[in-house]
Amino acid sequence: MKIDIRHTAKLANLPLKKEEEEKFTDQLSTILDYIKKLEEVDTKNVEPTSQVTGLVNITRNDDETLPSLSQDEALSNSKSHHNGLFKVKAILEND
Amino acid sequence: MINIEDLTIEKISEGFRKKDFSATDITKAYLERVKKYDKEINSFITVCDDLALKEAEKRDKLISQNDFSLPLLGIPVGLKDLYLTKGIKTTAASKVLDNHIGQYDATAVERLKNAGAIILGKTNCDAWAHGSSGENSDFGPTRNPWNKEYIPGGSSSGSAACVTSGFAAFSTGTDTGSSILLPASFTNIVGLKPTYGLVSRYGIIAMASSLDSIGHFTKTVKDSALILNITAGIDGHDATLVEKREKDYSQGIEKGVKGLKIGIPKEYVEKGLDPQIHRTFKQSVEIFKKLGAQIKEVSLPHTEYAIAAYYIIQPSEVSSNLARYDGVRYGNPRDYFGDEAKRRILIGTFTLSAGYYDAYYKKAMQVRTLIKEDFEKVFESVNVLLTPVSPTPPWKLGEKVNDPLKMYLSDILTVSTNLSGIPGLAMPAGFTSNNLPIGIQLLGPHFSEKILFRAGFAFEQETKLFEKTPKL
Repeated sequence: MKIDIRHTAKLANLPLKKEEEEKFTDQLSTILDYIKKLEEVDTKNVEPTSQVTGLVNITRNDDETLPSLSQDEALSNSKSHHNGLFKVKAILEND
Repeated sequence: MINIEDLTIEKISEGFRKKDFSATDITKAYLERVKKYDKEINSFITVCDDLALKEAEKRDKLISQNDFSLPLLGIPVGLKDLYLTKGIKTTAASKVLDNHIGQYDATAVERLKNAGAIILGKTNCDAWAHGSSGENSDFGPTRNPWNKEYIPGGSSSGSAACVTSGFAAFSTGTDTGSSILLPASFTNIVGLKPTYGLVSRYGIIAMASSLDSIGHFTKTVKDSALILNITAGIDGHDATLVEKREKDYSQGIEKGVKGLKIGIPKEYVEKGLDPQIHRTFKQSVEIFKKLGAQIKEVSLPHTEYAIAAYYIIQPSEVSSNLARYDGVRYGNPRDYFGDEAKRRILIGTFTLSAGYYDAYYKKAMQVRTLIKEDFEKVFESVNVLLTPVSPTPPWKLGEKVNDPLKMYLSDILTVSTNLSGIPGLAMPAGFTSNNLPIGIQLLGPHFSEKILFRAGFAFEQETKLFEKTPKL
């Protein structure tokens, strides 16, 4: 199994160098070949498990407002902020 | 002169009561050892000397007033650098977060502090907890204190190394696929991976959210129970927590194993074990027999598919959890990720992508159900399971770094624990001919930690292996 590394890296928003693309393509195909082992298992009518202790519909107890981080604290680890706000790349272009 | 490397939490607390030493004495003794020996071992990323000594002074005030109400009064701890600590750098051992200062304390950190523990520093690990050897840290590998040419196991490599080295009385870890049980078994200490949903993940950097379990390392089983007494239970921040904690995990710990039914899963011992691991395991079974336990062979038929299922589910969740590190709210841009994080992000993105989801992720979640049911069935006829932790002893640094699949297969005896959410207790069982530690693990049904401690304590009292410490 070979994976389309460029497409996958793009989906993952992960910049890769040319030599990384080659290295990871090889390594990942070894891993994916191993994972194929699961095809041997009969899973017809088996429900998938995502939550192991069987919890369902867990909601917060209440909607009370509690003290949280101040604006300065929330921004304290960001190298990308402006006027007290996180600064992100433009998604929509201006005409 | 305090022989700090021989002291357990219990003994330190006792010493405070008898006024044999102060919290400052103990803290200084650990910090001196760190200074003297950790350059080579590399178990800490950040050491908080000043802060620790300041806290120790506060604890000494309580000691001088004979106020011993705090259960971990003056006990120094090393925190895996995945645990957020307010005002202290928290890096996840990744260059992405190399200057990240925690804005709040994780629940576990807050509870340990409130119980009187003293933070000595933040311990090294595989970056983002991705790894079985500790070599994936962006801050350099941690070395095994028993032989520095060998790995200490990962991902909680520094946490394990610091406890066996006598750099801290205990340390915290996270376990997603082996990250507590494996390093505990490679360093002759006790590691607890609690039931999924027993200890809060709040404030701990997430790896794979349906698998992550928050545990700790100690020298002894009793110490492990004392720490769980502090960390277990709901906190209002982590919705996966279940209110099923025991009041006191150490209560009844000395009851022994007479009549306890211990299962040996044949798939874990039949093939693939290093002969020294096999021998030590058989000896451990004999000890439990001698102590009065009933031994029964059992079967977990889907064991051989655990790694394959795990290496779909875990990277899928990793790719999702690491998506937030985009260099905006925290840290550096995404090209700062190391190779292993990149590999896992890519595998996970692929297995979740359109057209592949059913074949990979859904299939793995179905196999997960079968693995979980294997355990449920087995626990109808036995109380706990006893197995080796790793099929091999610790390996040499560099031995598996260029072969990711080989590294992944090191976790073959531990990932099922995470896939099914059951608790595991790893503990010392012996040594190889060249003096490298070998461990065993006890596994039990969900929320059976108390029985694991009881069985582990009986074994520990018989073997006393925790008394052995490495020559640094």
